[in-house]
Amino acid sequence: METVVAQVFTGLSSASVLLLVAIGLTLTFGQMGVINMAHGEFLMAGSYTAFVTASILRGSALSLPVALVVGFLIGGLLGIALEATILRWMYDRPLDTLLVTFGVGLILQQLARDIFGAPAKEVSTPTWLSGTVPILGYGFPVTRLFIIALSALCVAGLFAMLRLTDLGRRIRATVANRDLAESLGISTRRTDRTTFFIGSGLAGVAGVALTLLGSTGPTVGTSYIVEAFLVVVVGGIGQLKGTILAALGIGIGRSFLESWTSGSMAQVLMLLAIVAFLQIRPQGIFTTTTRSLA
Amino acid sequence: MTAELIRTDDYLEVRDLRVSFGDFVAVDGVALTLLQGQVHFLVGPNGAGKTTVIDALTGLARGQGVATFDGEDLLGRSSHAIARLGVGRTFQTATVFNDLTVLQNLDIAGLRHRRRRSLWRARHGIPDAVAEAAEAVGLSHLLDRPAGVLSHGQKQWLEIGMLLVQDARVLLLDEPVAGMSAQERDATGELLHRIGRERTIVVVEHDMEFVRRYADVVTVLHAGRVLASGSMEQIRANPEVQRVYLGDHAEGVSNA
Repeated sequence: METVVAQVFTGLSSASVLLLVAIGLTLTFGQMGVINMAHGEFLMAGSYTAFVTASILRGSALSLPVALVVGFLIGGLLGIALEATILRWMYDRPLDTLLVTFGVGLILQQLARDIFGAPAKEVSTPTWLSGTVPILGYGFPVTRLFIIALSALCVAGLFAMLRLTDLGRRIRATVANRDLAESLGISTRRTDRTTFFIGSGLAGVAGVALTLLGSTGPTVGTSYIVEAFLVVVVGGIGQLKGTILAALGIGIGRSFLESWTSGSMAQVLMLLAIVAFLQIRPQGIFTTTTRSLA
Repeated sequence: MTAELIRTDDYLEVRDLRVSFGDFVAVDGVALTLLQGQVHFLVGPNGAGKTTVIDALTGLARGQGVATFDGEDLLGRSSHAIARLGVGRTFQTATVFNDLTVLQNLDIAGLRHRRRRSLWRARHGIPDAVAEAAEAVGLSHLLDRPAGVLSHGQKQWLEIGMLLVQDARVLLLDEPVAGMSAQERDATGELLHRIGRERTIVVVEHDMEFVRRYADVVTVLHAGRVLASGSMEQIRANPEVQRVYLGDHAEGVSNA
């Protein structure tokens, strides 16, 4: 029982980071049809933001909250820069965006290597997040609890924004039908840029959160990007609810598989499970169905 | 169209409009003067360039020439900028946000009328403009229904309702009655005349019976050019139109 609870919990916390990465991708992939391979490097930028903030604020209790805000902004600004300089010219050419953003990702990795050096950097956990909390007879690390709460908060905020605000309506209108949104006076270009900012910013937040779990290196993004895309595809492209379910399923599932076998074996089994799932439901968990004539 | 007909009202003026896709010239020097308070019909055989004219006027196709509404140039502007000038359109296949309810669809159409400050704020209640538009197109009782489950005809009405919420002064409608029942057609025709009193309505249509009953002015396009323009009677009496267009329908063969 105790190990089951522990596995669910560990899985939940890694699923939370995965979710933050994947939900940004769902937004950009779903809305703009852009396959952004550099999304993982936005996460890396977030991680280094946490590192830099921690070294400047030197153990201050504020360093993590500051890093979260700055990480969001840095991720978002990188996203806007990528959108404004390159991606805007290649909408509806997903394969080209894949290659170009992969290249951008490599450049950003090298940039990180030049600035911070190749060895991994450690960010010390703030004292208010150290220790464990006993729940159901198992001592949960506070850092992991914090990550779960952070992810839940971000996702809830995103949902509220999409459902309740005008900006959210604009975004949903643009996702649903670009031409129609334009003909209703919505600037889809501006909406795209805002969406890209938010999606990339969430990757930055994920990067900051990641420093609570392990060290930071130039290639930290690459280990997440593939899995994040799997989450997006399994969840159904552009479907936020599907993304959440898929992230939880993949995160917790892998956590269990890892406890039964080795890490690499768990990866193989997880991929097999995903391939099998997509055979049955190629469109992902959720899809849009209507009586549309078009 | 004589000069004294053009009063201080808003009108849409199109001169020498050309649209080409590569080597193919889809619209070849079209001129139109579209006045407020009249229901205009654009007719013509397939490939005459009717939809392309609408696309060019709403920024979906790149056109050359002159197209002004209320003194503002339309060509070269992006779609949303044209929509904000008050020129709205519908699409050939009823295009609405299928996942959203009727109310949400109408609501999105009203976005641009809200102040920028409200962008992040939640709202409550149904705005007057939305309620009025829903009433006008007869969808008041379906506000909470997802738009995806509406019948084809209802979707077309919803599209028109969205243009009303948007406060469009020019409505460019691409085959609004295609796929509608006879009853729905009549309802649509009457709706067009009702809302057309204060607006400029342009309808692309194939159904000549519908055109005959509801057109104030008919313009016949053929191979990207204006063949004739005038009342339905004048159009019918025009020998060239008979040869090129009505003849096709009557005999079911193409002219040689």
